[in-house]
Amino acid sequence: MASIDTGGGDSGHKKGPGVKKAKKLSTRVDMTPMVDLGFLLITFFIFTATMSSPTTMDLNMPKESDKKEDETKVKQSGALTIMLGKDNNVFYYEGELGASGENFKSSSFKDIREVIINKKKSVIAAYKGSPDCEQKAREKGKKDPKAECADQDFVVVIKPTPDATYKNTVDILDEMTINNVKRFAMVKISQTEQDLINVSQGGK
Amino acid sequence: MPHVKMARKSTDTDMTPFVDIAFLILSFFIMATKFKPPEPVPVTTPNSVSSDILKEENAMLITIDKDSKVYVSISAKKDQEKLTTIIEGINTTRNLGLSQAQIQNFKKTLIIGVPFNSLKGLLDIPADRQGTYTQPGIPVLDTLNNELIWWVGEAKKAFAGEKLLYLIKGDNNSKYPTFEAVINALRKNEEFKYNLVTSQEGAPEGTELFFERLKN
Repeated sequence: MASIDTGGGDSGHKKGPGVKKAKKLSTRVDMTPMVDLGFLLITFFIFTATMSSPTTMDLNMPKESDKKEDETKVKQSGALTIMLGKDNNVFYYEGELGASGENFKSSSFKDIREVIINKKKSVIAAYKGSPDCEQKAREKGKKDPKAECADQDFVVVIKPTPDATYKNTVDILDEMTINNVKRFAMVKISQTEQDLINVSQGGK
Repeated sequence: MPHVKMARKSTDTDMTPFVDIAFLILSFFIMATKFKPPEPVPVTTPNSVSSDILKEENAMLITIDKDSKVYVSISAKKDQEKLTTIIEGINTTRNLGLSQAQIQNFKKTLIIGVPFNSLKGLLDIPADRQGTYTQPGIPVLDTLNNELIWWVGEAKKAFAGEKLLYLIKGDNNSKYPTFEAVINALRKNEEFKYNLVTSQEGAPEGTELFFERLKN
């Protein structure tokens, strides 16, 4: 008990003989059990609380088309292909895949951000100016048309293998948002790339 | 020898402010708590930096669980009759021969994860006891017989002229081909905009997104 009876404080006061002393009851209530109960309930609510409501991520896919001319042309110099393997492995290459796969590199989810940022920087550095695009940006009232257009050639192609998980896919899409990549596409993996991934994953 | 008299101090602490604080925090948590609706299929969603809060609207929720099984649940905000339209559409196009009672039961069914040939069996079970029935998942991986295409098609028809969100709620460990098959089923129905259900996380420091959010 937190409350210890200290004698009421007036025990020294003497009354005459025969005068019965009325027992003074303390008006103090012991609050300890109440505190216990309060904190017990708090703990319960903290555990059950779902503070973070689910969020959504928008995903837009292009229309399926068989026509070749509908396909978006990708400049090889600005392309970065990222492949998702099993066990959270990430592979990538810049531009076109070399005949013997010499520019095929292995990475991880931790390091891929660096790769994306570097590639984006180099694409922006190589930007020579595109009057068409800058004109359009100006018409839209953009403050800095050059900055709007500098990364127009930068395209990330995402190719998840059948071994990749849904989490990997969302993570890499997230990476696009994080690094402000405006153009990216999800494409089916080709056999050559799958073979290269199998070789490098088998070696581990 | 004179005794040094120690002043007797009470060991009693006044607990009242303590109680006040405790109950203040308690009431905050009671207010802030929104109890989770019972989840028919447990799914751990991946984290993303996306900060758009999931809106409660007409939605077709496609769930992919950790074993890459696909489930469908449709929630109509206002008009529950839409659900009847959907199941009747499925019934006619796929020649299932569902009874009126089974159609009525569909409205109460939380989640569908069976191929069309077992749908009758699922709808025979009363909605409150379906939780114990292990559903095998809607077959999607076979490109020729992707049954999700029919579900999406019927839902699209029933909600024609209204906004219908396509929510995809995938488990961290579900495999990519299933996700791809789900996307393909939606694309076959000329639907190209989806919402992936995720949990929120902050933008990593030092990235473009981080600085952009800092500005706002």
